[in-house]
Amino acid sequence: MILTRENILNFVITAGLILVPIYAVIVEEPFTITLATRAVIFSLAAVGLNIALGLGGMVSLGHAVFFGLGGYTMGILAFHAQSYIPLFEWPILIEGTKQMLVVWPLAMIISAIAAFVIGLLSLRTGGVYFIMITLAFGQMFFFFSISWSAYGGEDGLSIYVRNQFPLVNTLVPIQFYAICLAILMLALWINARLAKSSFGLALSAARQNTERVRNVGLDPTSIKLVAFVISGAITGLAGALFADLNRFVSPTMFSWQLSGEIMVFIIIGGIGRLYGPVLGAIIFVTLEHFLGGISEYWLVFLGLLLLLIVLFSRGGLVGLLVGRERVHE
Amino acid sequence: MNKTILKTYNLTKNFGALRASDKISIDLRMGEIHGLIGPNGAGKTTLIAQIMGGLKPDSGVIEFDGTDITSFTTESRAQAGLGRTFQISQLAMDQTVLQNVVLGTVGETRGVWKFWRPVLAVQELRERAMESLSEVGLADKAATPVSELSHGGRRQLEVAIALTLNPKAFVMDEPMAGLGSDGSKKMTIFLDNLRARAPILLVEHDMEAVFALSDRISVLVSGVVIATGSVDQIRNDARVRKAYLGEDA
Repeated sequence: MILTRENILNFVITAGLILVPIYAVIVEEPFTITLATRAVIFSLAAVGLNIALGLGGMVSLGHAVFFGLGGYTMGILAFHAQSYIPLFEWPILIEGTKQMLVVWPLAMIISAIAAFVIGLLSLRTGGVYFIMITLAFGQMFFFFSISWSAYGGEDGLSIYVRNQFPLVNTLVPIQFYAICLAILMLALWINARLAKSSFGLALSAARQNTERVRNVGLDPTSIKLVAFVISGAITGLAGALFADLNRFVSPTMFSWQLSGEIMVFIIIGGIGRLYGPVLGAIIFVTLEHFLGGISEYWLVFLGLLLLLIVLFSRGGLVGLLVGRERVHE
Repeated sequence: MNKTILKTYNLTKNFGALRASDKISIDLRMGEIHGLIGPNGAGKTTLIAQIMGGLKPDSGVIEFDGTDITSFTTESRAQAGLGRTFQISQLAMDQTVLQNVVLGTVGETRGVWKFWRPVLAVQELRERAMESLSEVGLADKAATPVSELSHGGRRQLEVAIALTLNPKAFVMDEPMAGLGSDGSKKMTIFLDNLRARAPILLVEHDMEAVFALSDRISVLVSGVVIATGSVDQIRNDARVRKAYLGEDA
Protein backbone atom coordinates (compact mmCIF):
# COMPACT_ATOMS: atom_id res chain seq x y z
CA MET A 1 0.00 0.00 0.00
CA ILE A 2 1.23 3.46 -0.87
CA LEU A 3 2.00 5.61 2.15
CA THR A 4 -0.20 8.60 1.52
CA ARG A 5 -1.34 11.00 4.22
CA GLU A 6 -4.81 9.55 3.90
CA ASN A 7 -3.53 6.01 4.47
CA ILE A 8 -1.68 7.19 7.58
CA LEU A 9 -4.85 8.82 8.92
CA ASN A 10 -6.84 5.66 8.20
CA PHE A 11 -4.22 3.63 10.04
CA VAL A 12 -4.34 5.96 13.05
CA ILE A 13 -8.14 5.72 13.22
CA THR A 14 -7.97 1.91 12.97
CA ALA A 15 -5.33 1.76 15.69
CA GLY A 16 -7.54 3.94 17.88
CA LEU A 17 -10.49 1.64 17.34
CA ILE A 18 -8.34 -1.28 18.50
CA LEU A 19 -6.44 0.37 21.36
CA VAL A 20 -9.11 2.46 23.09
CA PRO A 21 -11.39 -0.49 23.96
CA ILE A 22 -8.38 -2.56 25.09
CA TYR A 23 -7.43 0.32 27.37
CA ALA A 24 -11.04 0.40 28.60
CA VAL A 25 -10.80 -3.29 29.49
CA ILE A 26 -7.60 -2.72 31.42
CA VAL A 27 -8.95 0.21 33.45
CA GLU A 28 -12.32 -1.57 33.72
CA GLU A 29 -14.57 0.95 32.08
CA PRO A 30 -17.09 -1.17 30.22
CA PHE A 31 -19.19 1.84 29.30
CA THR A 32 -16.38 3.12 27.08
CA ILE A 33 -16.56 -0.17 25.21
CA THR A 34 -20.30 0.26 24.74
CA LEU A 35 -19.68 3.74 23.36
CA ALA A 36 -17.01 2.42 21.02
CA THR A 37 -19.35 -0.35 19.86
CA ARG A 38 -22.01 2.26 19.17
CA ALA A 39 -19.50 4.29 17.13
CA VAL A 40 -18.38 1.23 15.17
CA ILE A 41 -21.95 0.19 14.34
CA PHE A 42 -22.88 3.72 13.28
CA SER A 43 -19.70 3.73 11.18
CA LEU A 44 -20.83 0.56 9.44
CA ALA A 45 -24.25 2.05 8.72
CA ALA A 46 -22.58 5.12 7.26
CA VAL A 47 -20.07 3.07 5.23
CA GLY A 48 -23.15 1.57 3.64
CA LEU A 49 -24.65 4.95 2.86
CA ASN A 50 -21.29 6.25 1.64
CA ILE A 51 -21.34 3.74 -1.23
CA ALA A 52 -24.62 5.23 -2.45
CA LEU A 53 -23.87 8.84 -1.52
CA GLY A 54 -20.13 9.18 -1.93
CA LEU A 55 -19.50 6.91 -4.91
CA GLY A 56 -22.87 7.05 -6.62
CA GLY A 57 -24.03 10.56 -5.68
CA MET A 58 -27.40 9.26 -4.48
CA VAL A 59 -28.54 11.50 -1.64
CA SER A 60 -30.68 9.03 0.24
CA LEU A 61 -32.58 10.43 3.20
CA GLY A 62 -34.15 7.05 3.80
CA HIS A 63 -31.29 4.82 4.87
CA ALA A 64 -32.91 4.32 8.26
CA VAL A 65 -35.25 1.97 6.40
CA PHE A 66 -32.41 -0.50 6.01
CA PHE A 67 -31.06 0.14 9.50
CA GLY A 68 -34.54 -0.50 10.88
CA LEU A 69 -35.17 -3.56 8.71
CA GLY A 70 -31.91 -5.06 9.90
CA GLY A 71 -32.89 -4.28 13.47
CA TYR A 72 -36.38 -5.72 13.17
CA THR A 73 -35.11 -8.82 11.38
CA MET A 74 -32.95 -9.50 14.38
CA GLY A 75 -35.68 -8.44 16.84
CA ILE A 76 -38.45 -10.53 15.31
CA LEU A 77 -36.29 -13.65 15.03
CA ALA A 78 -35.17 -13.26 18.63
CA PHE A 79 -38.73 -12.59 19.79
CA HIS A 80 -39.89 -15.87 18.28
CA ALA A 81 -36.89 -17.72 19.61
CA GLN A 82 -37.32 -16.50 23.18
CA SER A 83 -41.11 -17.02 23.23
CA TYR A 84 -40.92 -20.41 21.46
CA ILE A 85 -43.58 -19.34 18.98
CA PRO A 86 -42.65 -20.38 15.43
CA LEU A 87 -42.43 -17.63 12.82
CA PHE A 88 -44.35 -19.74 10.32
CA GLU A 89 -45.86 -23.17 10.60
CA TRP A 90 -47.01 -23.41 7.00
CA PRO A 91 -45.86 -24.36 4.37
CA ILE A 92 -42.74 -25.19 6.33
CA LEU A 93 -41.93 -24.72 9.96
CA ILE A 94 -39.71 -21.72 10.50
CA GLU A 95 -38.67 -20.88 14.00
CA GLY A 96 -36.93 -17.88 15.45
CA THR A 97 -33.21 -17.93 15.95
CA LYS A 98 -30.58 -16.46 18.21
CA GLN A 99 -27.67 -17.20 15.88
CA MET A 100 -25.91 -14.14 14.50
CA LEU A 101 -24.68 -16.15 11.53
CA VAL A 102 -28.31 -16.75 10.54
CA VAL A 103 -29.59 -13.29 11.47
CA TRP A 104 -26.95 -11.33 9.54
CA PRO A 105 -27.49 -12.82 6.07
CA LEU A 106 -31.25 -12.54 6.54
CA ALA A 107 -30.97 -8.91 7.63
CA MET A 108 -28.84 -8.16 4.59
CA ILE A 109 -31.10 -9.99 2.16
CA ILE A 110 -34.24 -8.27 3.46
CA SER A 111 -32.55 -4.86 3.37
CA ALA A 112 -31.23 -5.58 -0.12
CA ILE A 113 -34.69 -6.47 -1.39
CA ALA A 114 -36.12 -3.28 0.13
CA ALA A 115 -33.26 -1.27 -1.40
CA PHE A 116 -33.95 -2.82 -4.78
CA VAL A 117 -37.62 -1.82 -4.70
CA ILE A 118 -36.98 1.65 -3.27
CA GLY A 119 -34.08 2.22 -5.65
CA LEU A 120 -36.08 1.06 -8.66
CA LEU A 121 -38.74 3.66 -7.95
CA SER A 122 -36.51 6.47 -6.65
CA LEU A 123 -33.87 6.30 -9.37
CA ARG A 124 -36.41 7.32 -11.97
CA THR A 125 -35.98 10.75 -10.46
CA GLY A 126 -32.97 12.76 -9.47
CA GLY A 127 -31.88 15.64 -7.28
CA VAL A 128 -34.32 16.87 -4.69
CA TYR A 129 -37.04 14.44 -5.81
CA PHE A 130 -34.76 11.52 -5.04
CA ILE A 131 -34.25 12.88 -1.53
CA MET A 132 -37.98 13.33 -1.04
CA ILE A 133 -38.96 9.86 -2.32
CA THR A 134 -36.38 8.09 -0.15
CA LEU A 135 -37.59 10.18 2.79
CA ALA A 136 -41.17 9.20 2.03
CA PHE A 137 -40.25 5.51 2.03
CA GLY A 138 -38.54 6.02 5.36
CA GLN A 139 -41.69 7.53 6.83
CA MET A 140 -43.78 4.69 5.44
CA PHE A 141 -41.69 2.10 7.26
CA PHE A 142 -41.62 4.24 10.40
CA PHE A 143 -45.38 4.46 10.68
CA PHE A 144 -45.83 0.85 9.70
CA SER A 145 -43.54 -0.24 12.54
CA ILE A 146 -45.47 1.95 14.98
CA SER A 147 -48.76 0.35 14.04
CA TRP A 148 -47.52 -3.25 13.93
CA SER A 149 -48.61 -4.16 17.44
CA ALA A 150 -47.66 -7.85 17.14
CA TYR A 151 -44.05 -6.74 17.43
CA GLY A 152 -44.39 -4.09 20.08
CA GLY A 153 -45.73 -1.22 17.98
CA GLU A 154 -44.62 2.08 19.40
CA ASP A 155 -42.99 0.44 22.43
CA GLY A 156 -40.63 -1.68 20.41
CA LEU A 157 -39.30 -5.13 21.22
CA SER A 158 -37.01 -6.12 24.04
CA ILE A 159 -34.57 -8.96 23.57
CA TYR A 160 -33.53 -10.63 26.80
CA VAL A 161 -30.21 -12.13 25.83
CA ARG A 162 -27.76 -11.08 23.13
CA ASN A 163 -27.55 -13.33 20.05
CA GLN A 164 -24.88 -15.98 19.86
CA PHE A 165 -21.79 -16.37 17.76
CA PRO A 166 -19.75 -19.58 17.59
CA LEU A 167 -16.80 -19.67 20.01
CA VAL A 168 -17.49 -16.14 21.27
CA ASN A 169 -19.22 -15.04 24.44
CA THR A 170 -21.18 -12.14 23.01
CA LEU A 171 -22.28 -11.04 26.46
CA VAL A 172 -18.76 -9.86 27.22
CA PRO A 173 -18.67 -6.30 25.83
CA ILE A 174 -15.16 -6.50 24.39
CA GLN A 175 -15.96 -9.73 22.54
CA PHE A 176 -19.09 -8.30 20.97
CA TYR A 177 -17.08 -5.20 20.12
CA ALA A 178 -14.46 -7.34 18.37
CA ILE A 179 -17.17 -8.88 16.19
CA CYS A 180 -18.51 -5.47 15.22
CA LEU A 181 -15.05 -4.08 14.50
CA ALA A 182 -14.17 -7.09 12.34
CA ILE A 183 -17.32 -6.55 10.30
CA LEU A 184 -16.57 -2.85 9.93
CA MET A 185 -13.06 -3.61 8.68
CA LEU A 186 -14.45 -6.15 6.24
CA ALA A 187 -16.96 -3.60 4.96
CA LEU A 188 -14.23 -0.98 4.54
CA TRP A 189 -12.12 -3.47 2.63
CA ILE A 190 -15.05 -4.31 0.35
CA ASN A 191 -15.73 -0.60 -0.10
CA ALA A 192 -12.11 0.10 -1.04
CA ARG A 193 -12.00 -2.75 -3.57
CA LEU A 194 -15.38 -1.79 -4.99
CA ALA A 195 -14.31 1.81 -5.52
CA LYS A 196 -11.36 0.77 -7.67
CA SER A 197 -13.14 -1.97 -9.62
CA SER A 198 -14.72 -1.67 -13.06
CA PHE A 199 -18.06 -1.24 -11.34
CA GLY A 200 -16.70 1.48 -9.05
CA LEU A 201 -15.21 3.38 -11.97
CA ALA A 202 -18.51 3.28 -13.84
CA LEU A 203 -20.47 4.21 -10.71
CA SER A 204 -18.24 7.18 -10.01
CA ALA A 205 -18.52 8.25 -13.66
CA ALA A 206 -22.30 7.90 -13.44
CA ARG A 207 -22.25 10.28 -10.47
CA GLN A 208 -20.22 12.84 -12.39
CA ASN A 209 -21.71 12.58 -15.86
CA THR A 210 -24.52 10.23 -16.86
CA GLU A 211 -24.23 11.20 -20.54
CA ARG A 212 -20.63 10.03 -20.60
CA VAL A 213 -21.62 6.65 -19.17
CA ARG A 214 -24.53 6.21 -21.59
CA ASN A 215 -22.38 6.99 -24.58
CA VAL A 216 -19.92 4.21 -23.82
CA GLY A 217 -22.88 1.82 -23.86
CA LEU A 218 -23.51 1.50 -20.12
CA ASP A 219 -26.81 2.07 -18.33
CA PRO A 220 -26.21 4.46 -15.40
CA THR A 221 -29.53 3.62 -13.73
CA SER A 222 -28.83 -0.09 -13.34
CA ILE A 223 -25.30 0.65 -12.11
CA LYS A 224 -26.68 3.02 -9.48
CA LEU A 225 -29.40 0.55 -8.53
CA VAL A 226 -26.88 -2.20 -7.82
CA ALA A 227 -24.84 0.24 -5.73
CA PHE A 228 -27.98 1.22 -3.82
CA VAL A 229 -28.71 -2.44 -3.07
CA ILE A 230 -25.16 -3.07 -1.80
CA SER A 231 -25.42 0.11 0.23
CA GLY A 232 -28.75 -0.91 1.77
CA ALA A 233 -27.50 -4.39 2.64
CA ILE A 234 -24.50 -3.03 4.57
CA THR A 235 -26.65 -0.52 6.47
CA GLY A 236 -29.10 -3.34 7.19
CA LEU A 237 -26.34 -5.43 8.75
CA ALA A 238 -25.43 -2.45 10.94
CA GLY A 239 -29.07 -2.32 12.06
CA ALA A 240 -28.97 -5.97 13.16
CA LEU A 241 -25.83 -5.30 15.20
CA PHE A 242 -27.33 -2.14 16.70
CA ALA A 243 -30.37 -4.09 17.88
CA ASP A 244 -28.03 -6.63 19.43
CA LEU A 245 -26.01 -3.93 21.16
CA ASN A 246 -29.07 -2.38 22.79
CA ARG A 247 -31.02 -5.64 23.08
CA PHE A 248 -33.92 -3.50 21.99
CA VAL A 249 -35.63 -2.60 18.72
CA SER A 250 -38.03 0.27 18.27
CA PRO A 251 -39.53 2.42 15.51
CA THR A 252 -36.88 5.10 16.15
CA MET A 253 -34.55 2.90 14.12
CA PHE A 254 -36.76 3.80 11.14
CA SER A 255 -36.99 7.52 11.94
CA TRP A 256 -35.91 10.16 9.48
CA GLN A 257 -33.75 11.70 12.21
CA LEU A 258 -31.66 8.57 12.10
CA SER A 259 -31.40 8.78 8.30
CA GLY A 260 -30.20 12.33 8.79
CA GLU A 261 -27.69 11.32 11.44
CA ILE A 262 -26.15 8.65 9.21
CA MET A 263 -25.74 11.31 6.55
CA VAL A 264 -24.29 13.74 9.08
CA PHE A 265 -21.56 11.22 9.98
CA ILE A 266 -20.50 11.17 6.34
CA ILE A 267 -20.62 14.93 5.90
CA ILE A 268 -18.55 15.48 9.06
CA GLY A 269 -16.00 12.86 8.06
CA GLY A 270 -15.90 13.48 4.33
CA ILE A 271 -18.25 12.42 1.54
CA GLY A 272 -16.81 9.64 -0.60
CA ARG A 273 -13.70 9.25 1.58
CA LEU A 274 -13.12 5.69 2.74
CA TYR A 275 -12.77 6.53 6.44
CA GLY A 276 -15.05 9.59 6.31
CA PRO A 277 -18.05 7.74 7.78
CA VAL A 278 -15.89 6.19 10.50
CA LEU A 279 -14.34 9.47 11.62
CA GLY A 280 -17.74 11.15 11.47
CA ALA A 281 -19.45 8.48 13.57
CA ILE A 282 -16.66 8.49 16.16
CA ILE A 283 -16.91 12.26 16.53
CA PHE A 284 -20.69 12.12 16.69
CA VAL A 285 -20.76 9.48 19.43
CA THR A 286 -18.01 11.24 21.38
CA LEU A 287 -19.78 14.60 21.25
CA GLU A 288 -23.10 12.96 22.03
CA HIS A 289 -21.58 11.47 25.17
CA PHE A 290 -19.53 14.38 26.50
CA LEU A 291 -21.57 17.37 25.33
CA GLY A 292 -24.78 15.46 25.92
CA GLY A 293 -23.67 15.08 29.53
CA ILE A 294 -23.24 18.83 29.88
CA SER A 295 -26.35 20.05 28.13
CA GLU A 296 -29.34 18.49 26.48
CA TYR A 297 -28.94 21.12 23.79
CA TRP A 298 -25.70 19.54 22.60
CA LEU A 299 -27.07 19.23 19.09
CA VAL A 300 -26.65 23.01 18.79
CA PHE A 301 -22.89 22.44 18.99
CA LEU A 302 -23.08 19.59 16.53
CA GLY A 303 -24.96 21.87 14.17
CA LEU A 304 -22.26 24.50 14.57
CA LEU A 305 -19.55 21.94 13.82
CA LEU A 306 -21.45 20.73 10.78
CA LEU A 307 -21.84 24.29 9.55
CA LEU A 308 -18.12 25.02 9.93
CA ILE A 309 -17.13 21.83 8.13
CA VAL A 310 -19.52 22.41 5.25
CA LEU A 311 -18.40 26.03 4.92
CA PHE A 312 -14.66 25.53 5.20
CA SER A 313 -13.86 22.02 4.10
CA ARG A 314 -15.49 20.36 1.15
CA GLY A 315 -13.87 17.04 1.91
CA GLY A 316 -15.09 16.96 5.52
CA LEU A 317 -12.60 16.37 8.34
CA VAL A 318 -10.65 13.83 6.32
CA GLY A 319 -10.26 16.47 3.62
CA LEU A 320 -9.23 19.02 6.23
CA LEU A 321 -6.59 16.70 7.68
CA VAL A 322 -5.07 15.16 4.58
CA GLY A 323 -6.18 17.38 1.70
CA ARG A 324 -7.96 16.52 -1.49
CA GLU A 325 -8.29 12.96 -2.58
CA ARG A 326 -5.43 11.77 -4.71
CA VAL A 327 -6.72 10.74 -8.10
CA HIS A 328 -4.87 7.48 -8.19
CA GLU A 329 -2.20 6.62 -10.75
CA MET B 1 -21.28 3.09 -54.30
CA ASN B 2 -20.33 2.07 -50.80
CA LYS B 3 -22.72 0.46 -48.34
CA THR B 4 -24.84 2.80 -46.24
CA ILE B 5 -24.32 2.33 -42.49
CA LEU B 6 -26.45 5.11 -40.98
CA LYS B 7 -29.62 6.53 -42.45
CA THR B 8 -32.43 8.82 -41.36
CA TYR B 9 -35.82 8.92 -43.11
CA ASN B 10 -38.01 12.00 -42.80
CA LEU B 11 -36.84 12.76 -39.29
CA THR B 12 -39.09 15.44 -37.81
CA LYS B 13 -38.90 17.16 -34.44
CA ASN B 14 -40.98 20.09 -33.23
CA PHE B 15 -40.40 22.25 -30.19
CA GLY B 16 -43.79 23.87 -29.86
CA ALA B 17 -44.28 25.90 -33.01
CA LEU B 18 -40.60 25.63 -33.96
CA ARG B 19 -39.79 22.84 -36.40
CA ALA B 20 -36.21 22.00 -35.46
CA SER B 21 -35.97 19.03 -37.84
CA ASP B 22 -38.11 19.00 -40.95
CA LYS B 23 -38.22 15.64 -42.74
CA ILE B 24 -34.49 15.16 -42.58
CA SER B 25 -33.19 12.28 -44.67
CA ILE B 26 -29.44 11.88 -44.69
CA ASP B 27 -27.16 8.89 -44.90
CA LEU B 28 -23.61 7.94 -44.00
CA ARG B 29 -21.70 5.47 -46.18
CA MET B 30 -18.76 3.28 -45.38
CA GLY B 31 -15.41 4.93 -45.78
CA GLU B 32 -16.64 8.49 -45.99
CA ILE B 33 -16.73 11.64 -43.97
CA HIS B 34 -20.11 13.26 -44.29
CA GLY B 35 -19.94 16.90 -43.24
CA LEU B 36 -23.01 18.51 -41.74
CA ILE B 37 -22.96 22.30 -41.84
CA GLY B 38 -25.43 25.04 -41.27
CA PRO B 39 -25.73 28.39 -39.54
CA ASN B 40 -26.28 28.64 -35.78
CA GLY B 41 -29.73 27.43 -34.82
CA ALA B 42 -30.11 25.39 -38.00
CA GLY B 43 -30.86 22.27 -35.92
CA LYS B 44 -27.57 20.39 -36.20
CA THR B 45 -27.32 19.54 -32.52
CA THR B 46 -31.02 18.58 -32.45
CA LEU B 47 -30.40 16.17 -35.31
CA ILE B 48 -27.37 14.64 -33.60
CA ALA B 49 -29.36 14.27 -30.36
CA GLN B 50 -32.02 12.32 -32.23
CA ILE B 51 -29.47 10.10 -33.91
CA MET B 52 -27.84 9.35 -30.56
CA GLY B 53 -31.08 8.85 -28.63
CA GLY B 54 -30.98 11.94 -26.42
CA LEU B 55 -34.11 13.29 -28.13
CA LYS B 56 -37.06 11.33 -29.46
CA PRO B 57 -38.14 12.34 -32.95
CA ASP B 58 -41.83 13.15 -33.45
CA SER B 59 -41.79 11.07 -36.61
CA GLY B 60 -39.33 9.43 -38.93
CA VAL B 61 -36.97 6.49 -38.73
CA ILE B 62 -33.28 6.06 -37.92
CA GLU B 63 -31.57 3.02 -39.34
CA PHE B 64 -28.11 1.87 -38.31
CA ASP B 65 -26.28 -1.12 -39.73
CA GLY B 66 -29.51 -2.56 -41.09
CA THR B 67 -31.45 -2.17 -37.85
CA ASP B 68 -34.20 0.29 -37.00
CA ILE B 69 -32.75 1.98 -33.91
CA THR B 70 -35.37 4.74 -33.58
CA SER B 71 -36.62 3.37 -30.25
CA PHE B 72 -33.17 2.40 -28.91
CA THR B 73 -31.78 4.02 -25.77
CA THR B 74 -28.54 5.95 -26.00
CA GLU B 75 -26.63 3.09 -24.38
CA SER B 76 -28.02 0.53 -26.83
CA ARG B 77 -26.99 2.76 -29.73
CA ALA B 78 -23.48 2.98 -28.33
CA GLN B 79 -23.43 -0.81 -27.94
CA ALA B 80 -24.67 -1.20 -31.51
CA GLY B 81 -21.57 0.70 -32.62
CA LEU B 82 -22.25 4.43 -32.71
CA GLY B 83 -19.29 6.33 -31.26
CA ARG B 84 -20.04 9.90 -30.34
CA THR B 85 -18.06 12.94 -29.35
CA PHE B 86 -19.79 15.93 -27.83
CA GLN B 87 -19.86 19.60 -28.67
CA ILE B 88 -19.60 20.37 -24.97
CA SER B 89 -17.26 17.83 -23.39
CA GLN B 90 -19.07 15.17 -21.37
CA LEU B 91 -16.38 13.73 -19.14
CA ALA B 92 -15.95 12.51 -15.58
CA MET B 93 -14.14 15.60 -14.35
CA ASP B 94 -12.85 14.20 -11.04
CA GLN B 95 -11.21 11.24 -12.73
CA THR B 96 -7.95 11.06 -14.60
CA VAL B 97 -7.64 11.06 -18.36
CA LEU B 98 -6.75 7.36 -18.22
CA GLN B 99 -9.75 6.50 -16.05
CA ASN B 100 -12.07 8.20 -18.53
CA VAL B 101 -10.65 6.18 -21.40
CA VAL B 102 -10.66 2.94 -19.40
CA LEU B 103 -14.38 3.56 -18.82
CA GLY B 104 -14.73 3.33 -22.60
CA THR B 105 -12.99 -0.06 -22.64
CA VAL B 106 -15.21 -1.23 -19.79
CA GLY B 107 -18.23 -0.25 -21.87
CA GLU B 108 -16.90 -1.91 -25.00
CA THR B 109 -16.10 -5.19 -23.24
CA ARG B 110 -19.42 -5.04 -21.32
CA GLY B 111 -17.31 -5.63 -18.24
CA VAL B 112 -19.09 -3.34 -15.80
CA TRP B 113 -20.27 -6.08 -13.42
CA LYS B 114 -16.83 -6.72 -11.98
CA PHE B 115 -16.65 -5.68 -8.38
CA TRP B 116 -13.32 -6.85 -7.06
CA ARG B 117 -10.32 -6.45 -9.32
CA PRO B 118 -8.86 -2.93 -9.58
CA VAL B 119 -9.82 -1.92 -13.11
CA LEU B 120 -6.58 -0.02 -13.76
CA ALA B 121 -4.64 -3.19 -13.01
CA VAL B 122 -6.33 -5.05 -15.85
CA GLN B 123 -3.52 -5.04 -18.37
CA GLU B 124 -5.69 -5.60 -21.41
CA LEU B 125 -7.99 -2.65 -20.69
CA ARG B 126 -5.12 -0.43 -19.74
CA GLU B 127 -3.20 -1.18 -22.91
CA ARG B 128 -6.21 -0.53 -25.11
CA ALA B 129 -6.85 2.72 -23.32
CA MET B 130 -3.23 3.83 -23.68
CA GLU B 131 -3.33 2.91 -27.35
CA SER B 132 -6.31 5.20 -27.91
CA LEU B 133 -4.62 7.96 -25.96
CA SER B 134 -1.46 7.63 -28.05
CA GLU B 135 -3.51 7.83 -31.24
CA VAL B 136 -4.93 11.22 -30.29
CA GLY B 137 -1.64 12.37 -28.77
CA LEU B 138 -2.69 12.41 -25.13
CA ALA B 139 -0.57 9.54 -23.81
CA ASP B 140 1.65 11.84 -21.73
CA LYS B 141 -1.44 13.27 -20.00
CA ALA B 142 -2.80 9.88 -18.86
CA ALA B 143 -2.38 10.63 -15.15
CA THR B 144 -3.76 14.17 -15.32
CA PRO B 145 -7.15 14.80 -13.71
CA VAL B 146 -9.60 15.87 -16.41
CA SER B 147 -10.42 19.00 -14.40
CA GLU B 148 -6.83 20.16 -15.01
CA LEU B 149 -6.86 19.33 -18.71
CA SER B 150 -6.97 22.14 -21.30
CA HIS B 151 -10.05 22.64 -23.42
CA GLY B 152 -8.28 21.21 -26.44
CA GLY B 153 -7.09 18.24 -24.43
CA ARG B 154 -10.67 17.48 -23.47
CA ARG B 155 -11.69 17.39 -27.14
CA GLN B 156 -8.90 14.93 -27.85
CA LEU B 157 -9.98 12.87 -24.85
CA GLU B 158 -13.55 12.70 -26.19
CA VAL B 159 -12.18 11.25 -29.41
CA ALA B 160 -9.94 8.80 -27.54
CA ILE B 161 -12.93 7.46 -25.58
CA ALA B 162 -14.93 7.04 -28.79
CA LEU B 163 -11.98 5.11 -30.28
CA THR B 164 -11.98 2.56 -27.46
CA LEU B 165 -15.56 1.62 -28.41
CA ASN B 166 -14.37 0.32 -31.79
CA PRO B 167 -17.47 1.87 -33.33
CA LYS B 168 -18.89 1.09 -36.76
CA ALA B 169 -19.53 4.80 -37.28
CA PHE B 170 -18.56 8.02 -35.56
CA VAL B 171 -20.87 10.93 -34.86
CA MET B 172 -18.73 13.94 -34.02
CA ASP B 173 -20.15 17.25 -32.88
CA GLU B 174 -17.54 19.96 -33.49
CA PRO B 175 -14.37 18.05 -32.61
CA MET B 176 -12.23 21.04 -33.68
CA ALA B 177 -13.92 23.60 -31.45
CA GLY B 178 -11.35 25.36 -29.31
CA LEU B 179 -8.38 23.41 -30.62
CA GLY B 180 -6.46 26.36 -32.04
CA SER B 181 -5.04 26.34 -35.54
CA ASP B 182 -2.23 23.90 -34.76
CA GLY B 183 -4.46 21.42 -32.95
CA SER B 184 -7.10 21.84 -35.62
CA LYS B 185 -4.61 20.82 -38.31
CA LYS B 186 -3.52 17.75 -36.34
CA MET B 187 -7.13 16.72 -35.76
CA THR B 188 -7.86 17.17 -39.47
CA ILE B 189 -5.05 14.79 -40.40
CA PHE B 190 -6.23 12.37 -37.71
CA LEU B 191 -9.85 12.33 -38.90
CA ASP B 192 -8.68 12.02 -42.49
CA ASN B 193 -7.05 8.71 -41.60
CA LEU B 194 -9.85 7.65 -39.28
CA ARG B 195 -12.44 7.41 -42.06
CA ALA B 196 -10.83 4.23 -43.34
CA ARG B 197 -11.61 2.58 -40.01
CA ALA B 198 -15.17 3.86 -39.65
CA PRO B 199 -17.15 6.56 -41.43
CA ILE B 200 -17.74 9.88 -39.70
CA LEU B 201 -20.80 12.09 -39.56
CA LEU B 202 -19.04 15.36 -38.84
CA VAL B 203 -20.72 18.49 -37.55
CA GLU B 204 -18.19 21.26 -37.69
CA HIS B 205 -17.99 25.04 -37.70
CA ASP B 206 -14.44 25.12 -39.04
CA MET B 207 -15.29 25.50 -42.75
CA GLU B 208 -11.74 24.98 -43.90
CA ALA B 209 -11.66 21.63 -42.13
CA VAL B 210 -15.09 20.54 -43.36
CA PHE B 211 -14.29 21.30 -46.98
CA ALA B 212 -10.87 19.69 -46.70
CA LEU B 213 -12.16 16.51 -45.09
CA SER B 214 -15.64 15.77 -46.35
CA ASP B 215 -16.49 13.38 -49.15
CA ARG B 216 -20.00 14.73 -49.08
CA ILE B 217 -21.62 17.66 -47.32
CA SER B 218 -25.19 18.27 -46.23
CA VAL B 219 -26.37 21.78 -45.54
CA LEU B 220 -28.98 22.28 -42.87
CA VAL B 221 -30.93 25.53 -42.70
CA SER B 222 -33.88 26.07 -40.35
CA GLY B 223 -34.35 22.35 -39.86
CA VAL B 224 -34.34 21.53 -43.58
CA VAL B 225 -31.56 19.84 -45.55
CA ILE B 226 -31.36 22.22 -48.49
CA ALA B 227 -28.57 20.39 -50.29
CA THR B 228 -26.44 17.26 -50.15
CA GLY B 229 -23.51 16.69 -52.46
CA SER B 230 -19.80 16.71 -53.07
CA VAL B 231 -17.66 19.61 -51.91
CA ASP B 232 -17.73 21.18 -55.37
CA GLN B 233 -21.47 20.76 -55.74
CA ILE B 234 -22.03 22.46 -52.39
CA ARG B 235 -19.59 25.27 -53.21
CA ASN B 236 -21.47 26.00 -56.43
CA ASP B 237 -25.01 25.46 -55.16
CA ALA B 238 -26.93 28.70 -55.52
CA ARG B 239 -29.29 27.99 -52.59
CA VAL B 240 -26.39 27.21 -50.31
CA ARG B 241 -24.52 30.37 -51.33
CA LYS B 242 -27.62 32.41 -50.68
CA ALA B 243 -28.68 30.79 -47.45
CA TYR B 244 -25.40 30.14 -45.85
CA LEU B 245 -22.07 30.83 -47.46
CA GLY B 246 -23.43 34.13 -48.74
CA GLU B 247 -23.43 35.44 -45.21
CA ASP B 248 -19.71 34.88 -44.95
CA ALA B 249 -18.80 36.43 -48.29
